[in-house]
Amino acid sequence: MDSSTFFGISTIAYFLAMVAYITYLGFKKKQIGVAATLITITGFVSQTIALVLRWKEFYAVEQSFLRAVPLTNLYESLIFFVWCLILAYLVIEFKYSNRSFGAFITPVAGLALAFIDLSGMSKNIQPLVPALQSNWLLAHVMMSFISYSMFGISFSTGLMYLIVRTEKKNEPAYIFWTVMLSIFIIVLAAMGLDYFAFKVTGQSQQEFIKSYLFRATFRNSSGAIETISWGAAVVFTFLVWRYGGIMKKVIKGFNISAEILDEITYKLIAIGFPIFTLGGLIFGALWANQAWGKYWSWDPKETWSLITWFLYAFYLHSRLMRGWRGKKVAIVAVVGFVAVVFTYLGVNLLLSGLHSYGSQ
Amino acid sequence: MEKTKHKTLTDKIWGLFASVKFAVVIFSLIALTSIVGTVIEQNAEPAKNIKILAKFFGQSGAPAAYSVFDKLGFMDMYHSWWFITFLLLFAANLIICSLDRIPRIWKIVREPIRPLSPDHVGRMSIKKTVTLKAKPAHAKDLATKAFRKIGFRPSESSSEQGVQLYAEKGNFTRLGVYITHCSILIILAGAIIGVAFGFNAFLALPEGQTSSFAYQTGNRRVLLGFEVRCDKFEVKFYGDTDMPRSYKSWLTILKNGTEVEKKAIVVNDPLTYNGITFYQSSFGTMQENLGRGIVMLRLVSKDGKSEDFNTRLGGSFTIPGTGIEGRITDFSPALTVDQSGKPFTYDQNMVNPAIFVEFSAPGGKHYSGWIFKRFPQTWNLPGGSKAEFVDYWGVQYTGLQVRKDPGQTIVYIGCFILAFGLFVSFFMSHRRIWMHISEEKGGTRILIGASAHRNRAAFEKKIDKLAKALGSGQKGGS
Repeated sequence: MDSSTFFGISTIAYFLAMVAYITYLGFKKKQIGVAATLITITGFVSQTIALVLRWKEFYAVEQSFLRAVPLTNLYESLIFFVWCLILAYLVIEFKYSNRSFGAFITPVAGLALAFIDLSGMSKNIQPLVPALQSNWLLAHVMMSFISYSMFGISFSTGLMYLIVRTEKKNEPAYIFWTVMLSIFIIVLAAMGLDYFAFKVTGQSQQEFIKSYLFRATFRNSSGAIETISWGAAVVFTFLVWRYGGIMKKVIKGFNISAEILDEITYKLIAIGFPIFTLGGLIFGALWANQAWGKYWSWDPKETWSLITWFLYAFYLHSRLMRGWRGKKVAIVAVVGFVAVVFTYLGVNLLLSGLHSYGSQ
Repeated sequence: MEKTKHKTLTDKIWGLFASVKFAVVIFSLIALTSIVGTVIEQNAEPAKNIKILAKFFGQSGAPAAYSVFDKLGFMDMYHSWWFITFLLLFAANLIICSLDRIPRIWKIVREPIRPLSPDHVGRMSIKKTVTLKAKPAHAKDLATKAFRKIGFRPSESSSEQGVQLYAEKGNFTRLGVYITHCSILIILAGAIIGVAFGFNAFLALPEGQTSSFAYQTGNRRVLLGFEVRCDKFEVKFYGDTDMPRSYKSWLTILKNGTEVEKKAIVVNDPLTYNGITFYQSSFGTMQENLGRGIVMLRLVSKDGKSEDFNTRLGGSFTIPGTGIEGRITDFSPALTVDQSGKPFTYDQNMVNPAIFVEFSAPGGKHYSGWIFKRFPQTWNLPGGSKAEFVDYWGVQYTGLQVRKDPGQTIVYIGCFILAFGLFVSFFMSHRRIWMHISEEKGGTRILIGASAHRNRAAFEKKIDKLAKALGSGQKGGS
């Protein structure tokens, strides 16, 4: 069996786990919760095996343990991101003895893996281009993704905090989370539509993300479809805003206090920030100095990492120095992750620069 | 001292720079302008950026928008005076806000822990009460042992209210955030030193040639103080594909005509001599010299005798001991065949170099064909001898990034301190414990109060351990 078989098993496991977690939330039966956890662990173990196998397959090409880390293209990095996400989730589940997040995290994991499958991203092992042939690869990329996944979970706990804590519909924090959540869902949906449109047009697979992003909707050649897409997005956002109270009820049913959400958000950022600084920025600079002869060249990826770093530095300072708690800092945590997503995906898909490895 | 209502101007400026608001404004300015800088391609051809701007301002508005952004310095914004001013303001903010807060923190760090009143101990964020059957004197011994067990060395003081043991650890960790701030300043200082006293230049060095200078932007020459020669440049590929595996330049450093250092550099492994570093950055082929390179061959006879032979296009050679003669009549830097089997050149660079050789064997036999550098199966000749195509030398150049950066060590030290500072700030904390021991009827009552300025939950567990170590008779506190 090769790595893709195990990746397949883990994708299915995360979807099953999602069903189990949601059932658990509905019926609150302990056995179902235990089953959900076990399924998640099965998926995680299977994904771990897959990663190790992929590493081994890559090693056959690269002949260097440190450089054969399966993290050199979009496909591999997304998989590792999901792996970190699930690991962090399992740690939180055991630490706080609360399974409620599972219903949130497992669908994200399952969807991400399914998206990888559907988008037709290249899964081939690609030998390393000369610039990536360095032992910094392992430390820099791995630590960056570990911090990304911590920021990812802090995003969801921050958003949940806002959902639970906002009361009035005209409150800025309420408008903020409804719009944010809407954009999140709209972007995912638009990408799904791109996928179907892309299947119909039958264009080459590699160019899918670069050339087809939002072509089925917001960037459609037909003006009518473009207008309808924007209209639908606005209506959807309005509906989320109008019926946001339902989300609040759902999350309140999780038996998880707002204080714990706030604490988890903070703890994840407090761990993610130093890892990001060291692995992402410092190791990145040292490596850039070795490879490109410049430790900082204001390349879009570097600049966006710096913006991300500023945002989380701001989060920590406002919380620790100014004693901000609650909604204000939760908003910063959510915005911080938007910057992370842009640093990770947006830069590669929309801008050009030295860091173009992740877009294939 | 009389308090003046009017603050002096210096106080106002100090206050402004020390404020979090100011930091937020600077952070935002740097972030927002940087975003513009990532969208507009830096130091690019105007046409490229006009095309990008057309997406935002429309075809008609783009040229005007370009000239506005160009005047504002956005085409090379990270080196513009205003962006550097932002960075300096950021540094000033960092210095002043740290200086503003450090005296207070320093006092906490320097001042040793002091005994507190029992009331005060009971008001600490972590508290516990333990009652022991032992006499106070014995309880004190037990308490000292318990302290030692969790790694603390207590001091002791006694008053009429009882005996108090107290200890602290990690008081310096309160400085972690200032270590971090300081490291950022060190990094910025190193970067400034690098810009002021170093240079960043480029050198396209053809195979076989020597240079004593490199070029900075604007074609300004910068002298190296020694000479560098490119002996050979080669691209290696993965298997039969055109996916590059490595770019390698064999460099020699010469001082007054004598060789002082030799190194083959690749991407990620540069050569440093006398504070100047040469990085493998690009490569290319000198089109005007394409026909004038040296063909390097290794001729191997049927019985394994080999001979290295160099010639040029149009030159002839003989395979040793066979009488087979070859003449090189054509060269292609990147040869492939089209669908009908006709050969053609598909790249200007030496991706797949090949020579066309016409052979004549004794007995009047003639044959000819392409010999590829990358495909050994094309080296075999009828009759068992071989003509190996080793290299076509002298037409490629290596593109070297040449850099001198005296600030680099400072930047590295700054990075190291940054990592250390972050570790101290996030994973260590100032922990203090007070234990008030007083006599109670039939035993001893021990009141524990403790505080940690960070990671309180973890410290609370340690205090639980401390309480447990005090022995049985523990009554739950809160």
